[in-house]
Amino acid sequence: MEFFRIRKDIPFMRHALVFNIISLITFLLAVFFLSTKGLHFSVEFTGGTLMEVSYAQAPDLRQIRQQLESDGFVDPQVQNFGSSRDVLIRVPLTKGAESSKVGEQVMASLMKVGAGADPKVVQSKAPATTPELKRVEFVGPQVGKELAEDGALALLLVVVGIMLYLAFRFEWRFALSAIIANMHDVVIILGFFAFFQWEFSLPVLAAVLAVLGYSVNESVVVFDRVRETFKKKRGMTTPQVLDHAITSTISRTIITHGSTQMMVTSMLIFGGAALHYFALALTIGILFGIYSSVLVASPLVMWLGVSREQFVKPKVEKQEAVV
Amino acid sequence: MNRYPLWKNATVLIALVLGLLYTLPNFFGEAPAVQVASVKSTHKVDAKLLAQVEAALKTASIAPQGMVLDLNSVRVRLADTDTQLKARDAIERALNPVAADATYSVALNLVSDSPNWLNSINALPMYLGLDLRGGVHFLLQVDMKGALTKRLDSIGADLRSLMRDKSIRHGGISREGQTVAIRFREAETRDKARGVLADSQPDLELVDAQDGADLKLVATLKPVAQKRIQEFAVKQNITTLHNRINELGVAEPVIQQQGIDRIVVQLPGVQDTAKAKDILGRTATLEVRMVDDEASANPSVMDQAARGQPPPGTEYYVERGGRGLLVKKQVVLTGERLTDAQPGFDNQTQEPAVHLSLDSAGARIFKDVTRESVGKRMAILLIEKGKGEVVTAPVIRTEIGGGRVQISGRMSTVEAHDVALLLRAGSLAAPMEIIEERTVGPSLGAENIAKGFNSTMWGFIAIAVFMMSYYLLFGLVSVFALSANLLFLVALLSLLQATLTLPGIAAIALTLGMAIDANVLINERVREELRGGNSPQAAITAGYERAWATILDSNITTLIAGIALLIFGSGPVRGFAVVHCLGILTSIFSSVVVSRALINWIYGRRRKLEAVSIGQVWKPGV
Repeated sequence: MEFFRIRKDIPFMRHALVFNIISLITFLLAVFFLSTKGLHFSVEFTGGTLMEVSYAQAPDLRQIRQQLESDGFVDPQVQNFGSSRDVLIRVPLTKGAESSKVGEQVMASLMKVGAGADPKVVQSKAPATTPELKRVEFVGPQVGKELAEDGALALLLVVVGIMLYLAFRFEWRFALSAIIANMHDVVIILGFFAFFQWEFSLPVLAAVLAVLGYSVNESVVVFDRVRETFKKKRGMTTPQVLDHAITSTISRTIITHGSTQMMVTSMLIFGGAALHYFALALTIGILFGIYSSVLVASPLVMWLGVSREQFVKPKVEKQEAVV
Repeated sequence: MNRYPLWKNATVLIALVLGLLYTLPNFFGEAPAVQVASVKSTHKVDAKLLAQVEAALKTASIAPQGMVLDLNSVRVRLADTDTQLKARDAIERALNPVAADATYSVALNLVSDSPNWLNSINALPMYLGLDLRGGVHFLLQVDMKGALTKRLDSIGADLRSLMRDKSIRHGGISREGQTVAIRFREAETRDKARGVLADSQPDLELVDAQDGADLKLVATLKPVAQKRIQEFAVKQNITTLHNRINELGVAEPVIQQQGIDRIVVQLPGVQDTAKAKDILGRTATLEVRMVDDEASANPSVMDQAARGQPPPGTEYYVERGGRGLLVKKQVVLTGERLTDAQPGFDNQTQEPAVHLSLDSAGARIFKDVTRESVGKRMAILLIEKGKGEVVTAPVIRTEIGGGRVQISGRMSTVEAHDVALLLRAGSLAAPMEIIEERTVGPSLGAENIAKGFNSTMWGFIAIAVFMMSYYLLFGLVSVFALSANLLFLVALLSLLQATLTLPGIAAIALTLGMAIDANVLINERVREELRGGNSPQAAITAGYERAWATILDSNITTLIAGIALLIFGSGPVRGFAVVHCLGILTSIFSSVVVSRALINWIYGRRRKLEAVSIGQVWKPGV
């Protein structure tokens, strides 16, 4: 099999402006949603209590919510998780109250619902209505704040580290354009999370950072080719070199991303609710990663004025001997 | 010719064998077991205990599958969970005849079911995180300010006795915020006091001050001393938590310091979170203070005190019987001085009692206090989050020396046991607060393992099928390299005993999905070389060599992201980061070195290689 039968270099650079405008629009949209809707942070960041309970029969969520409210919980969120029998309950932090006891109090409330007055739901005191506690997570306010700070620091470290490495291995122009292209991926992933109000949790943060490393990787492969082409082939203009580099790596780009995406899709299908948003963040990251690291980073390098002289200036002889 | 030198082939082979060896324990699964550990430092875990356990099982006619004695526990491996429960009960009865005064903790546990020779080379299954095996995780914050105030309180008490010993007259010693103030009438006595304090209390910084007509000496803790006290407080709290958790009978609890002022507690397998939290959450500190008997006997004063206006220098508490009493604010002793507390019976009256042991300094103070206050009452208070509770307020019958104290009267056996437990476990150096809690049920843990495993397996299969049909034999080699990568990764995780969490499994899957990139790069490059008209052997050499620089660059950028996560991530993210970073390292080795070794082995020797099986190589214009 050979999927990619390309006779001539595809003139990507001719459409560079179009690609970048598309990018810019998506980016601005993402920023817009981030600023208007904001991220739906998980309990880990905001602090509060999160509980997962499982019933033998699908419970009435409205009733649970009412019971919790009447027991004095402010603004509890009750929703299904995975299946209709699994219920996720979120209770925000309350000042003063002994927050680490919230879990027990919520369970007490849920028990009351089981023994409640609604005859439709409760035929008898059957075990069907007693919830089984699967998971409790309580996060105090100081932890959440730290996590947000650490997340920002981690992002900063990744950006600086990658830029330094690329500047050292290649050239500052490559470093700058790779990081611009890939940061814009990160913003777009966040934009999706803001737009759909998907829950932004710690694993999602991990996915976002992993994607950042992964898509830079993509730019590196193209840049490697650009450098090689500059060294090997004379008489090509910069856009031609870039076109050639992208074309000759496009099959690898698509096959690699396809393979990674197979793994991620498998996580989406089999990973259940716990890995759902993690896999979703990766999917968006991989799709936009291909686009941005190839079609956004390369034009940026071109506009920043990359040229043959930057690679083959002083050590022409030696370099060519190696190749 | 593409041949690897012998050492390279040997390295690959040895790596594979080691990888297989250390991955092996994960396949054997785990067997139910009972773990016996000592609760008291006086009872060591040794061969004698092993014999005792063996005898206990024999009498209950339970045949153990195996018994292991390690540094601090005896583990008995059993056939199934039913016998496990029976065995636990049998051992419990045999070792702890008095249930109230347990010497050993007997807990249910799981041990690796792999053969002994594997255990002996330290090949253990991966260490599963709480989200995979079920259990409770707590993050506790130590109140450092509380630790300092407590220390200042006891310094205040020390200063009082010091002043008395040196017969320096002072107008009162009191703690004011984070300082201790001593009042004097004359400047001379103050100078004298300063001299004495400077000699005996090197931790204190002394400043003169004037408060109206009074002269004051204000003492604050030096920063170095503060730091030492805080460090000590965390250590002491960890020790106390260890003791408390031992009482719970948990197998393999994790109690670690995190950061400057935090403690992580993980209790695998614990389902009764309410009890665990109850015991941990007793962030109680112990104080012994004198009861103001005169005022307590005065009904009108007591009336006022009950309404929130106790006489100065005292505090109003309600005893467990419901009667109110006034306790002096001055602290005689704190829980730090207490070395042990055991329930028992009074020798003469046979009433339930609690026996306390004090350390030497505590014993001296106690002797002084009791000599001066025979016939008076002293109160033992548990202070929880600033709120005190009188555990007991016994009458001092006689001077008590030697540091052996007995509290008796108006107590049931159960109460005596409770009080002893509280006193013994209750000596936290500083108050603590639970700031994070995570509980995972055992069924969810098993589900998470299944989900993680299935995602990885199906993803792997999909990639394998694609690679093999697209690159044929080279694809097969790539898949072999990817399997080797998985093998190395699992072996490393088992060897390091790094905690594997659900995000960790996700990281395994993702790492595999990303690691295939290196092989795709190589295979594409080899195809390209073939397309360019190179001979197969030259194409292999050039393909691997040219792909190498790219692979290195791209993996390093990914590694940078992984390391950032490792540094700043906590909890689930750290689990992800550890696996991710390890996976990048193993993937470089397996995708480049292992796959090359295999390709060399297949094609390398053939002098006249006409074609390689790498799928169709399409040439433009042909």
